[in-house]
Amino acid sequence: MTYITKPKMRHPSLKTNKLGFTHRDYEGSISTLCAGCGHDSISSAIIQACFELDIKPHRVAKLSGIGCSSKTPDYFLGQSHGFNSVHGRMPSVLTGANLANRDLIYMGVSGDGDSASIGFGQFVHCIRRDVNMVYITENNGVYGLTKGQFSATADKGSKSKVGGLNSDSPIDLVGIALLAGASFVARSFSGDKDQLVPLIMAAISHPGPAFLDIISPCVAFNNHAGSTKAYDFVRAHNEAVNRLDFVDTKAEITVNYAPGSVSEVMLHDGSQLRLAKLHADYNPNDRIGSLTYMLKRAEEGELVTGLIYLDPNASDMHANLNTAGSPLNALGKKELCPGAKALDAINANYR
Amino acid sequence: MSNPIIAENDFVVKFANVNGSGSASANELFAKSVLRMGVPIASRNIFPSNIQGLPTWYEVRISGGGWVGRRGGVDLMVAMNPETWAKDVASIDLGGYLFYDSSRPIPASEFCDGVTAIGMPLTEICNAAYKDPRQRQLFKNIIYVGALTSLLDMDITELEKLISEQFSKKAKLIPPNQKALHMGYDYAQEHLSGICGLSVKRSDAVGDRIFISGNDAAGLGCVYGGATVAAWYPITPSTSLAEAFGVHCKKHRVDAEAKKNKFAIIQAEDEIAAIGVVIGAGWNGARAFTATSGPGISLMQEFLGLAYFAEIPAVIFNVQRGGPSTGMPTRTQQSDILISAYASHGDTKHILLFPEDPRELFEFSAISFDLAERLQTPIFILEDLDIGMNDWLCEPLSWNDSQSYDRGKLMSHEDLEEGKLFGRYLDVDGDAIPYRTLPGTHPTKGAYFTRGTSRDRYAKYSEDGSVYGDNMQRLLRKLETAKKLLPAPIRKDAKHSTRHGAIYFGSTTSAMDEALDSLEKQGHYLNTLRLRAFPFSDEVVEFINAHDQVFIVEQNRDAQMRSLLVNECSIDPARFISILHYDGTPITARFLSSAIAELLAGHTPMTEIAK
Repeated sequence: MTYITKPKMRHPSLKTNKLGFTHRDYEGSISTLCAGCGHDSISSAIIQACFELDIKPHRVAKLSGIGCSSKTPDYFLGQSHGFNSVHGRMPSVLTGANLANRDLIYMGVSGDGDSASIGFGQFVHCIRRDVNMVYITENNGVYGLTKGQFSATADKGSKSKVGGLNSDSPIDLVGIALLAGASFVARSFSGDKDQLVPLIMAAISHPGPAFLDIISPCVAFNNHAGSTKAYDFVRAHNEAVNRLDFVDTKAEITVNYAPGSVSEVMLHDGSQLRLAKLHADYNPNDRIGSLTYMLKRAEEGELVTGLIYLDPNASDMHANLNTAGSPLNALGKKELCPGAKALDAINANYR
Repeated sequence: MSNPIIAENDFVVKFANVNGSGSASANELFAKSVLRMGVPIASRNIFPSNIQGLPTWYEVRISGGGWVGRRGGVDLMVAMNPETWAKDVASIDLGGYLFYDSSRPIPASEFCDGVTAIGMPLTEICNAAYKDPRQRQLFKNIIYVGALTSLLDMDITELEKLISEQFSKKAKLIPPNQKALHMGYDYAQEHLSGICGLSVKRSDAVGDRIFISGNDAAGLGCVYGGATVAAWYPITPSTSLAEAFGVHCKKHRVDAEAKKNKFAIIQAEDEIAAIGVVIGAGWNGARAFTATSGPGISLMQEFLGLAYFAEIPAVIFNVQRGGPSTGMPTRTQQSDILISAYASHGDTKHILLFPEDPRELFEFSAISFDLAERLQTPIFILEDLDIGMNDWLCEPLSWNDSQSYDRGKLMSHEDLEEGKLFGRYLDVDGDAIPYRTLPGTHPTKGAYFTRGTSRDRYAKYSEDGSVYGDNMQRLLRKLETAKKLLPAPIRKDAKHSTRHGAIYFGSTTSAMDEALDSLEKQGHYLNTLRLRAFPFSDEVVEFINAHDQVFIVEQNRDAQMRSLLVNECSIDPARFISILHYDGTPITARFLSSAIAELLAGHTPMTEIAK
């Protein structure tokens, strides 16, 4: 709970990254979520991804809406500024923050209530606007903080903890992100850290809107038989289309892959993604193919995870708007104000 | 039968047209030509929420005396819309004039006694000269402007010059427009001379004043004030403000060498997203604004509470229109005062600015970013459709180069490095404004978590009642600091001492100035106070207390400013007499002077009874 201060002691054998930071330097406050909550695993994956990437924590801005998922930015990257905004409106706040300073890393954390219901419009629009960000939904199919109502991502026919059946069709956020033009789309499972960490690393390195839908079971309200967002169900129906390794170009390659099954994708910042294909016919650079494949598999009750789509030629909002290279929040009167003399000429135009 | 009105440089011409017929640019041409003759004007566009086919009016008040508000009444009606004929004719002052298209015979019963009808076969002349239907429509407008030039004894060379300027980029349109102008002028010279007793005489009363719309001036004010992020959603009557910002940015904010924009404009998916973008940008240190109208303010409520509570700078232009609901989207009102002052759930209170005209709107736009950053809270600029969408004759915009931007209490990397104590919600020096840090400032110091939930002075989550109360009290004290920084009210005392006061604000000002002048001529004296900001300063309370009765003029039904004054200043409501005008048209000097005169006649102040 938050009243417990985390001990600042550090074990001398803790690994440090290039910045000399340990894992602990990427942590936040102690989580107030339920024991076993999928969201805590995601926070821990974010911590690991940032540690591995040698990110300066203060160069990250964490933004969220309202809900269990939106509380989590408090639980990672304690040296980053965070903004727990309004229910469903994280995307617009993040967009504004990004406009103000293009040099930071923007991490938006949301949930299925936040993004698929109240903030559905903002979710779609920030993606179509090409905002350079990592957009994570911690998707558990229920409203946790209000104790177990179905969310819009709950599958039709899935059962609530108290026995009710969901009669509404689900919203597939991955499908929507693909349609809205996201240039990086992935799905993962909070219980599969090996898959999740490299995906988060790749998403951070991606120079455009990177969307990650992470199925994250709610142990309190949606982890029972009949739920399609329960640990057991997801484990049984998880179909990973690829395995991802995030490769720092300077690091030694240690993992062996069967010949022909690996493709490498160069990212904007020079790092590479190594993609181990688990399905020979799956091409993550084909938006339409990805969407079709995912929909087919969903019909068969399988949940496609992994890197679903990547556009290596992604653009971002600042490029679209042709904004200045230096952050807008760093410009002063000298750069921004045309001055009194120019105003004389302007006045003359109105006579 | 009354005598026809004889007036020089002091009358009202009203054009009744069908919208989408090209009349607007012809009517503006007429208005500008009067200005070019050195005679002040006040123009008002009264238009429908429609693109083509509905009635629209344009009023040009010609005032050698320099009154720039709406006077009321019509001396010359240019009746070009058969649909509104009866109402238009009936609205002409006794002794006034009716200019109409006499191509088709109109029965005598359609005219009005006491009004001089001036017929001209406009359609006939036009159809004889042009074959193309669109040309017929457009040039008909220019032909009647030509005729007016003759009727009002104006200098046609000013119109010729204006046409050449207007079409300087499409030079081939100049000769046909000049031709149409002369077609009307020549006909009127030959057939209509001496009929109209109204005339425009060259003067030098305009001086260096400019003719500009409020939204245009506000867009420019945002450029001068250093706004870099604008987010908005299209809504009349605020759309032209966001668009003007874009136009001025393209001229003044594109880096000459890099060809990069030193601004970013987002047309958001709705007003909620628009204010969200502004809050995100403000949180991250950019000067950001949104422009909207009443319905947008309604949608932004939740976010506005967050910005108040989490103390994030934001500038919101509320270009007020007729409400509630969709109301009268193209008509003016001052009816969003309360929703802006107390925007959002819970205990909130916001800073409001009330500009009187485009010039002051420019000034307020520019300083609002300083105020927002200094006070770390939303600043509302409450203008209205009347100021925003009409061209006003006003003093030139001015700028002081020596004044720098006030970025407020921002803790830098150096401050943090030196070990300065940082508590995001900690009042270190008694002005109730805490220091803030921007994301990315320092690797190990100054990071904090922003939330709309209660927290302590160091931004740590807390639901402790005393911690919450402490913060809420500081937010109130912050508004006390604000009072010292906001534009002060402007008091004007009458020539003779009086126990009567009048309070007014915003777009009412120009009409009120004229009404006061006319009341004074009738022997009625009033001290006045023009409000320019909320929360109200002590001067406002002093003014009210110094008078037995205070008239309060507002353009809304519910006397919202009066409610705000009663509520915020603990004033006995009986001291106020409300004068309300809310039919959607801009308030007029005639309405004000007669309303106040009537009330004064029927009213005996308590002090006089005591004597």
